[in-house]
Amino acid sequence: MTRMLPMKRLLIAFCALLLSPALAAQDSMPPAPYAYRQLDNPEQEAKAQALMETLRCLKCQSQSIADSDAPMAGDMRHQVRTRIAAGEDPESIRQWLIERYGDYVSYTPQVKPITWPLFAAPFAFLALAALLLRGRFRKKDQS
Amino acid sequence: MSNGPKTKPRLAVWLPLILFAGFFALVIWGLVRPADREVASAFIDKPLPEFNLPPATDERPGLATATFKAGKPRLLNVFASWCVPCAVESPQLAQLAGQGVEIDGVAIRDRKPDVARFLAQNGNPFARIGKDDLSQVQLAIGSSGVPETFVVDGKGVIRYQHIGEIRPEDVPLILSKLEEAAQ
Repeated sequence: MTRMLPMKRLLIAFCALLLSPALAAQDSMPPAPYAYRQLDNPEQEAKAQALMETLRCLKCQSQSIADSDAPMAGDMRHQVRTRIAAGEDPESIRQWLIERYGDYVSYTPQVKPITWPLFAAPFAFLALAALLLRGRFRKKDQS
Repeated sequence: MSNGPKTKPRLAVWLPLILFAGFFALVIWGLVRPADREVASAFIDKPLPEFNLPPATDERPGLATATFKAGKPRLLNVFASWCVPCAVESPQLAQLAGQGVEIDGVAIRDRKPDVARFLAQNGNPFARIGKDDLSQVQLAIGSSGVPETFVVDGKGVIRYQHIGEIRPEDVPLILSKLEEAAQ
């Protein structure tokens, strides 16, 4: 009687998995037309690129859609490029996506009631520094 | 205490340890309760955007927004033949369809023969299936992956989003959301 070694069994199972078509969790469709193709107008392409670098890929969340090769990121780039080619403003495209996915989709923080400290903090620190410095200079003057 | 007249340096001595304990607790907390990585749609309670998708299979018609304004709540299932969990939820979709729930599909980045094969293997609970080759409808409703299922009321307003495959234990919740949407 030949007993199959556990390793061998595992190997066979692994090969069977590789062969099964369902495991290919990627589609076989070609990328969207403007996923990897730049716009002909360099000015518009620059605008699109700047926007794409500040939009989060939803499949690979620490990448921007400009960096990601996920098919969905390609479809998002296509969406961004075609809209910019149609004359849409980049910020309105960002707003369109935020309406659908929330602030998380944008790497550029928006001024909102919950985010104002983010924008106010530099000025607060500057004021604090000025105050401290003034105290210092005064002491020097007195001594 | 008796052997330390000054209390200030004492605190300074303990501070690094306290900070370390704080970071340690943070790391453990992050390990035990990993952050939710799912991006929920912000488009709940908003009307379905206008779309008109061609059929993804010869067996069923394509899908347009008008279908969802016929007065009865429906399910909008975002799926793909290349998506493994989409096959996992087939029995649950079949069960829902068996209970009279009308389900429409949106096939993401899919080919007609692949969709036909998927339906032949897993059953076809769909009334209509639209072919979304550029993920346009998916992006328009704030869906960030496959499978996702949306409850849409009879006026075409999105009422609920289920992220990931529908497991047997999720079916009652989906049914109750459909009932809510019917009111």
